[in-house]
Amino acid sequence: MSQVSTATVEDLTGVDAPDRFWNRERRLGAGVTIIGLVAAFIFGPLAESKTARFTLSTDATGAALSINGQLGTILFGLIAVVLGVVMLTGRAKRWQTLLLCLGIAAFVLSFLCWQVAGKFMPLVDTLSGSVEYALPLVLGALAGVLGERSGVVNVAIEGQFLMGAFGAALVGTLATSVWAGLISAMIGGLIIAAMLAVLAIKFLVDQVVVGTVLNLFALGITGFLYERLMQPNALKYNQPPQLPRWEIPGLADIPVLGPVLFHTNVLVWIALILVFVIHFALKGTRWGLRTRAVGEHPTAADTVGVRVRGLRYLNVMVGGLIAGAGGAYFTLVSTGAFNKNMTAGAGFIALAALIFGRWTPFGALGAALFFGFAQKLAYFLSVAGSPVPNQFLNMLPYIATIVAVAGLVGRVRAPAADGVPYVKS
Amino acid sequence: MRSGRGQEIPLRLELRGITKRFGDLVANDHIDITVEPGEVHALLGENGAGKSTLMNQLYGLLPPDEGEILVNGEAKVFKSPRDAIAAGIGMVHQHFMLVPVFTVAENIALGAEEIRGGPLGILDRRRNRRDVLATSTKYGLPVDPDALVEDLPVGAQQRVEIVKALTRDVDLLILDEPTAVLTPQETDELLAVMRSLAETGKSIVFITHKLREVKAVADRITVIRRGRTVATAAPDTSEDELAALMVGREVSLEVSKTPAEPGREVLKISGLVVDDDRGVRAVDGVDLTVRAGEVLGIAGVQGNGQTELVEAIVGLRAIRTGVVELDNESLAGMSTKKILRSGVGYIPEDRSLDGVVKEFSVAENLVLDMYDRPPFGNAFKLNPKAINESAAERVTQFDIRTSSASATVGTLSGGNQQKVVVAREMSRPLRLMIASQPTRGVDVGSIEFIHSQIIHERDNGTAVLVVSSELDEVVGLADRIAVMYRGRILATVSPDMPREEIGLLMAGITGAEPAGEEEAE
Ligand SMILES: Nc1ncnc2c1ncn2[C@@H]1O[C@H](COP(=O)(O)OP(=O)(O)OP(=O)(O)O)[C@@H](O)[C@H]1O
Ligand SMILES: [Mg+2]
Repeated sequence: MSQVSTATVEDLTGVDAPDRFWNRERRLGAGVTIIGLVAAFIFGPLAESKTARFTLSTDATGAALSINGQLGTILFGLIAVVLGVVMLTGRAKRWQTLLLCLGIAAFVLSFLCWQVAGKFMPLVDTLSGSVEYALPLVLGALAGVLGERSGVVNVAIEGQFLMGAFGAALVGTLATSVWAGLISAMIGGLIIAAMLAVLAIKFLVDQVVVGTVLNLFALGITGFLYERLMQPNALKYNQPPQLPRWEIPGLADIPVLGPVLFHTNVLVWIALILVFVIHFALKGTRWGLRTRAVGEHPTAADTVGVRVRGLRYLNVMVGGLIAGAGGAYFTLVSTGAFNKNMTAGAGFIALAALIFGRWTPFGALGAALFFGFAQKLAYFLSVAGSPVPNQFLNMLPYIATIVAVAGLVGRVRAPAADGVPYVKS
Repeated sequence: MRSGRGQEIPLRLELRGITKRFGDLVANDHIDITVEPGEVHALLGENGAGKSTLMNQLYGLLPPDEGEILVNGEAKVFKSPRDAIAAGIGMVHQHFMLVPVFTVAENIALGAEEIRGGPLGILDRRRNRRDVLATSTKYGLPVDPDALVEDLPVGAQQRVEIVKALTRDVDLLILDEPTAVLTPQETDELLAVMRSLAETGKSIVFITHKLREVKAVADRITVIRRGRTVATAAPDTSEDELAALMVGREVSLEVSKTPAEPGREVLKISGLVVDDDRGVRAVDGVDLTVRAGEVLGIAGVQGNGQTELVEAIVGLRAIRTGVVELDNESLAGMSTKKILRSGVGYIPEDRSLDGVVKEFSVAENLVLDMYDRPPFGNAFKLNPKAINESAAERVTQFDIRTSSASATVGTLSGGNQQKVVVAREMSRPLRLMIASQPTRGVDVGSIEFIHSQIIHERDNGTAVLVVSSELDEVVGLADRIAVMYRGRILATVSPDMPREEIGLLMAGITGAEPAGEEEAE
């Protein structure tokens, strides 16, 4: 009979009773302090006392930020401890999100100093790699945001990726046009979305079950066509052109960020623009208001004349287009050819980014970048011969999501009607 | 603000032979009703008579199984509320249709948003906000456009619902129990609004269980019983007659009881201070005792700290300072579950939030507090047989109108949901019973029954605390009345004190002897 919790997704602060000692801020502060202590007193002694170089280019040459590895490890660890303690005092509520981000960043830097001591890490390469890994995750998570904010759970992002990747490879090759490939990828995503929408909205099938089945369907059909059509005739069917990398003159010359953001493929820009557009549209337009209403309380929306199902169809379909474009990344940017099950669970990481990002576009972007960075770091560490098994870093998205869902990072709350079909009696 | 229909022909509505079945249950059985332009048409009927069901069909929320809806003589099919809105119909629903995480202004704007930027549809929040404030001042229904709906007490949510309907400028307005949670003053203002709307040619269908309101405002009254129209009455019909028409038998509108025989002090509160959700002091140093075998009534205009007081007693709200003791044992820091288990019955004021789980069946809701105890079950499993048997008994005893005890509570009529809560809380041995608005939305027949049950609890030696914004209810039930104003108990008086004097106290006017009676206790 306890009070039903109804904190908003946006309402990240002040959901706790003011007189609880272990409120969100203090819990987070304790977490940051502990990871800081681990960094300073466990990583620190393990680190070699050699220079760690972070070069500003893609290789070992050129200007670099250098620091003694052991010193850096301990220093950044202690910074995290200080930030954590500030949060523990409970006096910095207004800054808690900033402090949290800084605390995590300090921990990551400490870890990097430990790993890079005596070696070098090319910053531009690391960052653009992270952005590239994050790209499909952002697009997939945005598809999730559209669907779930209007009340339709989309676990079929993986399937939409696969269809997108396949469509891009096939049509891109046949038409020898990367743009035709991109559009086909979007249509591929749309096909899965349409099936999801009809089964979930019209026939009221359990949305998680539908999503799972659609993932298997996409895996099956692309796998079949790949083996029967593409593999025997790779030259004819599976050699799509690649998305060009464009450069914005001027902006691309900014150190580090320039090459990462302004000398890259268009899909990155599209994704970033979509994050902004969807954020502002959800907040400030009639479509957004209605979408949120339909995701929170469909009956209320219906009684004021909002077309509940129509809006859900629209959002799921648009989401399909976006996730399909995310799928294009795999064949038009990353590997250059389709391969069976090539997305390898990226759709589920996108789903994790959606949840970790609290169903918001910017949250999804942040989570995707974080996961992308973890993935790139795992790759870097394995190449650099680090003793830390890279499987640990590959697990990060899932661990982060579990931590988030378990409520450690504050209340994570899905839209109230997420996954609930709208039925009139 | 006009919805763009441009026409100014007054709306004449006719319902012909409307029939609606839910399985075997016939909720509406060939109902005919005509609402003339400029008429306030009251619908009376017991809980579960089918009033809301009828209105939901008129509003396009439910398809009728049979029958016709005619607007100005023309048959219409309303597939969804969109069609009803297009025909000029507006509705205030019995169960609020508000998005909890939206602000008041967003809720009111939804579906009729003011926008700029053409096809981009950018919300014009300033204009939306201004429209809300304009309607709110025009009709004397104060609402804060920027408050989040989930933070508002039910009374304020009700005002939001009404403002939402009035902003839309409709020709026919359906009001489904809009006064259940309003204060008497707010109710009077709403009745005046209804009259003035009717004078401009708009029609109103008004559902309420309060006969006084019907008599004050209605032009015509239709009485529905078990899905059928049983009578059409004029507003000068007496309250007793109307009650008898609704229930089909004589109803006593007075509470009959013997003088109380107070025993030991069961609930003892001293110096209690509690804050509300915004951290503002809501209960400001309250001292109270409730003895076994007596009913202490708390009178007061809603929003003077009653809600917070009750929530603090049952452990739903943190106590700032002060002591709350149940039989000399402090309740501070105890979980709500533990408090309720130790023999406290609690009827919450907002049943849909704290009282029932709508997705659960009636039977399950009836054992929500005892499902893991024999005979209903243990820590590992439930005993469906015992649960169902006891449910069947409660359903008959409390006259809960439902197709079966396994129907989900969400399908019950509003008053019957309330009866489920009351039945559950009164089905176990209690030391203290806290009833907050126990008869909200309940029909006259069931009010009589619930009141007699409360007195029965009292006579069994339970200490009873009744909080109600209905002065009649407090006066009828209580052996002593504590008047609450701005978080304090202004005075504790006898129910024989003249109503007007209690009314003055409720308004914070203590008169010549400042808080004199308090010491007398
Ligand atoms: N969706 C539904 N499924 C099954 N039964 C329903 C449903 N909706 C309503 N009923 C039943 O129809 C009957 C009429 O309910 P309705 O809500 O119209 O009553 P009411 O007259 O508005 O009562 P109240 O005064 O308590 O609000 C009740 O017995 C209720 O249980
Ligand atoms: Mg009703």
